[in-house]
Amino acid sequence: MSVIYLLISISVFVAGLFLYFFIKSVKSGQFDDAYTPSVRVLFDDEVKKDLQPSQKKSKKEETFKENQI
Amino acid sequence: MEKKSCYHCGNAVTVFNRIDYDDKEFCCNGCKTVYEIFNENDLSCYYEMQTSPGATPEDAQGKYDFLDKPEIVDKLLEFNEGFTSIISLYIPHIHCSSCIWILENLQKLNEGVYRVLVNFPEKKATITFNSEKTNLKEIVLLLTKIGYEPYISLSNYEENKKPVDRSLIYKIGVAFFSFGNVMMLSFPEYFNIDDVWMEQYRGFFRWLILLLSLPVFFYSASPYHISAWKGLRSKNYTIDIPMSLGVIVMFVRSTVDIIFNLGPGFFDSMTMLVFFMLLGKLFQQRTYNFLSFERDYKSYFPIAVTKLSDENKEVSVQVYDVQKGDRLLIRNQELIPVDAILISDRAFIDYSFVTGEAVPVEKKSGDKLFAGGKQMGDVVEVETINTVSQSYLTQLWSNDVFQKKADFKYKTITDKISHYFTPALLAISLLAFTGWAFVDWNIAFNVVTAILIVACPCALALTAPFTLGNAIRILGRKKFYLKNVTVVEQMVKVDTIVFDKTGTITTSANSVIQYTGVDLSKQQQEDIRNIIRGSNHPLSRKLYDFLSSKITLKPDSFEEIPGKGLIGIINGKQYKIGSAELLEINKEKVLNETSVHICIDKEYKGKFVFNNHYREGLTELFFKLKKNKYKIAILSGDNNGELKKLEKILPKGTEFVFNQKPDKKLEYIKNLQANNRNVMMVGDGLNDAGALAQSNVGVSVSENVNVFTPASDAILDAGEFRFLDRFLNYSKLSIKVIKMSYMLALTYNVIGITLSILNKMSPLVAAILMPISTFSIISFVTVMTNYYAKKTLSIKAKKRGT
Repeated sequence: MSVIYLLISISVFVAGLFLYFFIKSVKSGQFDDAYTPSVRVLFDDEVKKDLQPSQKKSKKEETFKENQI
Repeated sequence: MEKKSCYHCGNAVTVFNRIDYDDKEFCCNGCKTVYEIFNENDLSCYYEMQTSPGATPEDAQGKYDFLDKPEIVDKLLEFNEGFTSIISLYIPHIHCSSCIWILENLQKLNEGVYRVLVNFPEKKATITFNSEKTNLKEIVLLLTKIGYEPYISLSNYEENKKPVDRSLIYKIGVAFFSFGNVMMLSFPEYFNIDDVWMEQYRGFFRWLILLLSLPVFFYSASPYHISAWKGLRSKNYTIDIPMSLGVIVMFVRSTVDIIFNLGPGFFDSMTMLVFFMLLGKLFQQRTYNFLSFERDYKSYFPIAVTKLSDENKEVSVQVYDVQKGDRLLIRNQELIPVDAILISDRAFIDYSFVTGEAVPVEKKSGDKLFAGGKQMGDVVEVETINTVSQSYLTQLWSNDVFQKKADFKYKTITDKISHYFTPALLAISLLAFTGWAFVDWNIAFNVVTAILIVACPCALALTAPFTLGNAIRILGRKKFYLKNVTVVEQMVKVDTIVFDKTGTITTSANSVIQYTGVDLSKQQQEDIRNIIRGSNHPLSRKLYDFLSSKITLKPDSFEEIPGKGLIGIINGKQYKIGSAELLEINKEKVLNETSVHICIDKEYKGKFVFNNHYREGLTELFFKLKKNKYKIAILSGDNNGELKKLEKILPKGTEFVFNQKPDKKLEYIKNLQANNRNVMMVGDGLNDAGALAQSNVGVSVSENVNVFTPASDAILDAGEFRFLDRFLNYSKLSIKVIKMSYMLALTYNVIGITLSILNKMSPLVAAILMPISTFSIISFVTVMTNYYAKKTLSIKAKKRGT
């Protein structure tokens, strides 16, 4: 039954670890801006999706211009 | 005609400014240029996330020359080592997701930029760049060119980076950690009191609980102990005293219980209590990061000005380095930072910033110009007669009266209640102690501690933070931003409202101009602009700014008829520009409308209508306030030219005071307060700053809350000005919610204290009663504040109101 000492010690230790990481991340300013990352995370996909065709287009235009010359 | 708007900035596109490009319509060349830049760099999906997200770029010619000076740049940079530099810039225009996107893709427009991180709530962009490939000036100019002009002022230059105080979050983290674990470890005790298994481990659980509670008592709860101690010493019986006392008694009794193996103690309740208290504290700390309530003249002043050296060369010089006798160049829209004498022929100085006078004043060569004026029009040359620190405006600001935020001994509603609550609580415990002392000493001690623990005014102390915290959130959503929660309570006490005139009850100078009538050709627009160029009348100036055509030639003849308008001949055509009288036409006079009629070669073309001068809903607002028994006054730095008009549209009994200098305004508020009046001052400019500081509640009205407002208790979006009465009503209702919630809290306390007096209070009962009271109070005030918000602030109420 003495396993309970071990288990509780571990659980408190793990909880303490979480507390430590929480304080550490607060200190680093990670939670100062809670809004921008939520928007930023949505960008990446959109940019890639949108950039590729337009990049191709501009490249095409460039080659087109070169050909003309 | 269909209403069209600029593809880039969303401003109205009219026949006067329309530019077609790439199948899109733009309102000006600037917007078109930005579109071109984005298009060329594959950034056109800027326009796909949000329709017309941009801003018209301002002309920055020479404005940022001071960024060439390394000593200034050094002060602005956050980090600078090797070739890597980091700068944090405040960009007021940041307002949507497109803004974040375009700014964080800035490296596509400038190769020297490594990356940009936008902090949206603070409207800040942190830019990391390679100082070898680019420099700060280039970046600032690029931002300006794409419509994201950063705001750099003297306060940036001096600002010492304040470390952010995050200790409250740490305290909450620690309290939550302990609370969770203590709760978990307390559970066996709740249910298996006489179990054999429990017998074996009880000691272990209890000592672990004691250990986990130590940081809560000594660290998390420390602000309460400190403030209670301070309160005791200054004989100011705040709510912190019974709270700290409750926590201390809980801690001591529980420790004693555990050490002498008398019982499980109340650590579960204690940790939970501290956790919720701190949470309440966090909740009422609603900060609007993008607003600042404490600004002084430094946030308005430029960092550097353009000085003319002896060889007539333009050099940037830091404003504090400006010497007496220096010659400075002041550009259009630039602030004059020092008292000076005008050297150029003439200048138009807008003193609205200092005096509240709306119309720019014409100054001739040799006239004295005071610091704080803004030049409108061409570049002028001035010679300084003072240094910055000795100038009128700076002197005015350093004046003690302007500095001191009236030091009221303000008592919050919670403090008032606790003033009765604390002595009553102590009296009850003393009585209970003496009563039980005749029966059993041990029970007597138990009872007293139990009373102090349950009566620990958890519910009482949570009510105000959660109600007021929620109230300022709701008001913030309605664009009425309060500095802190005590402002809500102070608003309730207001019985006199003083309004500034210019910019507060009137709209700001650059109001929208509309044209009705026969379309004017490009040529005709140009001619009109050329004619009105010579006129100094405020309407001419506005119209001149509105028409964007080029200036080409001087009119052949030009005559200004005072009070009527202009007659000019250009290209052989006669233009009559002015009032209906001048044009000899019969037009119905529309009340409260200012218009300029156009007639070319005796043919009537149409009129330019200058939008309503007074704010929408002004009359209704004043009548409503009057009905609610507020005393209203209008305090203006202007002359009394509009007195008659104002008297006509505003209710009787409104007091009018004109020609008030900033210090006089402050004096006026002081006099009212001396007559036991609680004054709300509603103002807008720096000229009201003293009055705003002196008043009980200073509200600054702003057309654009991102732009700068003087120090005040609250910032009101100009569009919501007409709902001021509702905000006042809502603050009253919030206090009503607090009072109702106090009744509820008191009921819990009566039950708890009765149980304690009868010695029926066990840790288990306490562990049940405490969370019930906490949760019910928090949910009650949240539901009620939202309910009242719906009732008084919603759109339905708007319909009923108008």
